[in-house]
Amino acid sequence: MSTADTATRIPLVDYLALEPEPHLVANECTSCGARYFDHRDACASCFEAEFTRVDVATEGEVTAFTIVSYAPPGVEAPFVAAIVDCAGTPVRANLVDIEPTPDKVTLGMKVRLVTHSIGTDSAGTEAIGFGFAPA
Amino acid sequence: MASGDVWILGITMTKFGKHPETDSVGLAAQAARGALKDGGVSMRDIGILAAGNLMGGGALGQQLQKQIGQTGIPVYNVANACATGATALRTAVMAIKAGEVDMGLAVGVEKLSGAGLLGVGGPKKQGDTWEPSGRQGAIMGLDGRVNTDNMPGTFAQIGMEYGHKYGGVSFELFARISEKNHMHSTLNPLAAYTKAMSVEQIMNDVMIAYPNTRPMCSANCDGAAAAVVVSDEKLKTLSDDQRKRAVRIKASILTTDPYEVGCQILPNVNTLTRNAAKQAYEQAGVGPEDLDLVELHDCFATAELVHYDNLMLCKEGNAVDFFSSGAAHRTGSTPVNVSGGLQSKGHPIAATGIANVWEICHHLRGEAGDRQIEGAKVGLAHVIGLGSACGVHILEKAAA
Ligand SMILES: [Zn+2]
Repeated sequence: MSTADTATRIPLVDYLALEPEPHLVANECTSCGARYFDHRDACASCFEAEFTRVDVATEGEVTAFTIVSYAPPGVEAPFVAAIVDCAGTPVRANLVDIEPTPDKVTLGMKVRLVTHSIGTDSAGTEAIGFGFAPA
Repeated sequence: MASGDVWILGITMTKFGKHPETDSVGLAAQAARGALKDGGVSMRDIGILAAGNLMGGGALGQQLQKQIGQTGIPVYNVANACATGATALRTAVMAIKAGEVDMGLAVGVEKLSGAGLLGVGGPKKQGDTWEPSGRQGAIMGLDGRVNTDNMPGTFAQIGMEYGHKYGGVSFELFARISEKNHMHSTLNPLAAYTKAMSVEQIMNDVMIAYPNTRPMCSANCDGAAAAVVVSDEKLKTLSDDQRKRAVRIKASILTTDPYEVGCQILPNVNTLTRNAAKQAYEQAGVGPEDLDLVELHDCFATAELVHYDNLMLCKEGNAVDFFSSGAAHRTGSTPVNVSGGLQSKGHPIAATGIANVWEICHHLRGEAGDRQIEGAKVGLAHVIGLGSACGVHILEKAAA
């Protein structure tokens, strides 16, 4: 992927890294190893305040899900919201590339991280979102 | 009577449902005056007022005083999500335990009719170009794009997570829990909904967030509840009738969620409830097997299941078996939500944590009419607010 391409894309959240392959990046407490996807002033577990960026596994297992019938404006419904355990790091996400019905979505199913376009702004920058698809 | 105990002297709740002609302050006044009358005391006796309300702007207590009596006492305006009512009650209890006052009034009120789904937020306003903002560097609202912020969906995942961990959950199981509570509510004239619903009706109703259909979600409604609490010393100076109807607060506990892996991913409503229950049983000197009835926070059918386990009404991992055995039905060994619960009685947020204490007191006093749990001596009331806060009160009938 060229630098020019990279410049025209922006991730939905700063913990989604697009290069070299899309993956999530957590802020890991250097003292106790607790992982956060948001910026913390200090660690909620051990109160220390040093964090390091760590890559999160891109494959995981669905440990909880719901199929939401009503979505906020701009989001298609129904959609599947799920918790995915990525090698010990739980992640919030939607399940994608799957029919949003209880017979298709199952607890324990194996999934992998995928990305998709969610729109382009006036400067031509494409926003990239993420979800998990059946592995 | 051990010195230092705090008692409920008077307690009441309004009818839950639609109150288009009455504002929040008016509903709170109805409940407060009802509780004072029930306790046989007046505002002149009250040393502290704790007023719980989430939607009304934060000054309910002083507004309420203008309607029921301005005596210059300290007012605490309390907000603690769905645990607001329990927190208001505990605030009054603590003031008595601290020795500051010998009688206090706690009130909770909410007007929610027609509020729709709570926790559904729109996307952030999009500018011309993407600008990351906030602690996740998000370029737009994440609700619906990265999981869901809505409450039915959040609690659906909490129930499904229990199923993943222990097995045995199904759409039908959760619907059966809801069927129980709707059936219970047919005996409660103060419930917002008093109609029995079949499992089929519940499953075929509007799906909100699988596996929670509409009747499996707490009913948004208007309502208020209030309680007068009194010290042991003061109670001794009151009449025989007041003492006989007084209900002892054996435990009053409030907890928040301690850090655990994943708690920032899916709110963990389990550990803080288990912690509150453990502390409450220890403080009260009773165990779950001693409870004659339980009012727990069934904000969704999926939530009720996990709290059987969290409150240790069953062995760890056995909530499905516990429910399937019929234990939680009003005829079972540990009747749960005989009021109809939040799903059918309704959930005017800040009122809930006092209304469930009222339900327990009603049975302990032997005044629950058609839905009386015979011989009830000890009961537990539980609420949880996401964020999170958990309140547990254990109540005991006065010795004859
Ligand atoms: Zn740490």
